[in-house]
Amino acid sequence: MAQDMKHKKVAYYPGCALEGSGHAYNRSTKAVGKALGLDLVELKNWNCCGAMEVKNVDPKIQTYLSARNLSITEQMGFDTVMAPCNGCYHNLKKAEYDLAHDAGSKEVNSRLSQKAGHKTYEAGQVETIHALDWIKRSIGEDGIRARVKNSLKGLKIANYYGCMYTRPRHIFPEKDQGPGSESTAKPHFMDDILAAAGAENVDFPLKTACCGGAHTLSDSDTSTKLVLNILTAAEACGADVVATECPTCHTGLEMHQIRAEKVLGRKTNIKILYFTQLLGMALGLSAKTVGVNENFSDARPLLREKGLG
Amino acid sequence: MPIHEKSLIRPENLREQENLVIEGMDVSGHWSTFIESRAVTDYNEALQEEIAALPGGENIHRCWQCGSCTNACTVNAVNPEFNPRYWIYLIRLGMEDELLRDKDIIWQCVSCNKCTYACPRDVVPEGVMKATAHWLELKGHTPKSPSMLFDEVFAGQVIKTGRIEDGLVLRDFFKRTGQPLNQPWLVAMVLGLVKRFPLAYLIKLGIATIRPDRTRGWGRARDAINEYAEEVEAQNRKALGLGAKGAK
Repeated sequence: MAQDMKHKKVAYYPGCALEGSGHAYNRSTKAVGKALGLDLVELKNWNCCGAMEVKNVDPKIQTYLSARNLSITEQMGFDTVMAPCNGCYHNLKKAEYDLAHDAGSKEVNSRLSQKAGHKTYEAGQVETIHALDWIKRSIGEDGIRARVKNSLKGLKIANYYGCMYTRPRHIFPEKDQGPGSESTAKPHFMDDILAAAGAENVDFPLKTACCGGAHTLSDSDTSTKLVLNILTAAEACGADVVATECPTCHTGLEMHQIRAEKVLGRKTNIKILYFTQLLGMALGLSAKTVGVNENFSDARPLLREKGLG
Repeated sequence: MPIHEKSLIRPENLREQENLVIEGMDVSGHWSTFIESRAVTDYNEALQEEIAALPGGENIHRCWQCGSCTNACTVNAVNPEFNPRYWIYLIRLGMEDELLRDKDIIWQCVSCNKCTYACPRDVVPEGVMKATAHWLELKGHTPKSPSMLFDEVFAGQVIKTGRIEDGLVLRDFFKRTGQPLNQPWLVAMVLGLVKRFPLAYLIKLGIATIRPDRTRGWGRARDAINEYAEEVEAQNRKALGLGAKGAK
């Protein structure tokens, strides 16, 4: 039933967030992979991608950080690396673009790689994909429909993609390529996957709005306003749940949902879940297996009401 | 979304006219002069070059002032004074004093890249904002912003160990910015964490803040990055006509 054997076994780059605050995303991604018979082989000795921060010290250092991870992917014999975190995914894509188009980045990467004592990564050797691409390409909507044990029927979802999954456009050459490809203006891969799992997606205009993740601690008041805007819009659209595909967005939504209540006195009741948690439960995994108990916004009563988990 | 342009009415431009009669009509009261005629003599002709010399600012010369960046801007929707188009205009004209009026908010760019997405001229306004914030700090016009302090804490940890540990970054950042850890929302989050996370995982998180995860064999990469980072810093300072770090 698998559409694409190439993605049955891919290199896996969890990144720092998935080992910390995004633990539930790591757990649910692995559980979904196992349930679907997909192999994830973790990169050996990977390093942090630099997130949104190192580039402000110097962008070429950030490019090197991702180039090292791509070099490890290649050394392990893989031509595809999957990153579930938008930040990691974005930075691997950006490094790929810069190494192909910017002589300065290429030169610094080569110099740092030599000094660090590993093979210099050259553009074009490894393709970076997101967890959404991984599910779409390996199993696809038909594959999901055939495997759903516990349909998400009756659950209304606002799909939230954030910034780093689609912007800037030029580092995602495979997007905006017509039917079947992802759209940078109105992404739909998560919508497609969750619809196949039985959910009802609401028409959500803030799919790619910013949650202020880069300044979540350094300018918390701005981030709280941005998150409150996203959550109230999702509620106004009639959603029960905001589905996320990035640990920084997810943690930001959860943290500022609490902060909006404590600081601004604005309470929102919408629940925030990783798309892998929702997909996992549709595939018959328990709420505990996909780490729903680790989320701050407690979705368990809602899920019980809908007969899930 | 409407375009919020910067207000032209500034407190110093308001004039009180006690007895103003024009063509027999009494028009006394508060009047805004909007823009007073003046000769601008304080241009910094090197301003655009200096911003362009810093990482992110390279393409500023391409701007043709369409305003797509400000129209798309996330922060502008929260604060209308946050206006990338206007700042790019001032930098290109060399109007440093005008730019300095907004020196305390330029660092607030959240790097959502909506401007870069909308820009028809590949100016990369997000990069220009970061370069401008960096310029303000290097020139001593502003103290290090909370964002730059966060970047330094974060980058310091990545370069040292190859990895990041969330709790440690949060703790170091609060320490460096002098913020107490017992803020009501943070306390609520930690209590939620203790209540819901499996005990074994909490213990693992606790250990990680004391002895963070490291990338094995990272030492040589760390030394190479540090050496390069020092070079870049010296280059940036030189481009702005500043002496070596520490020397005044």
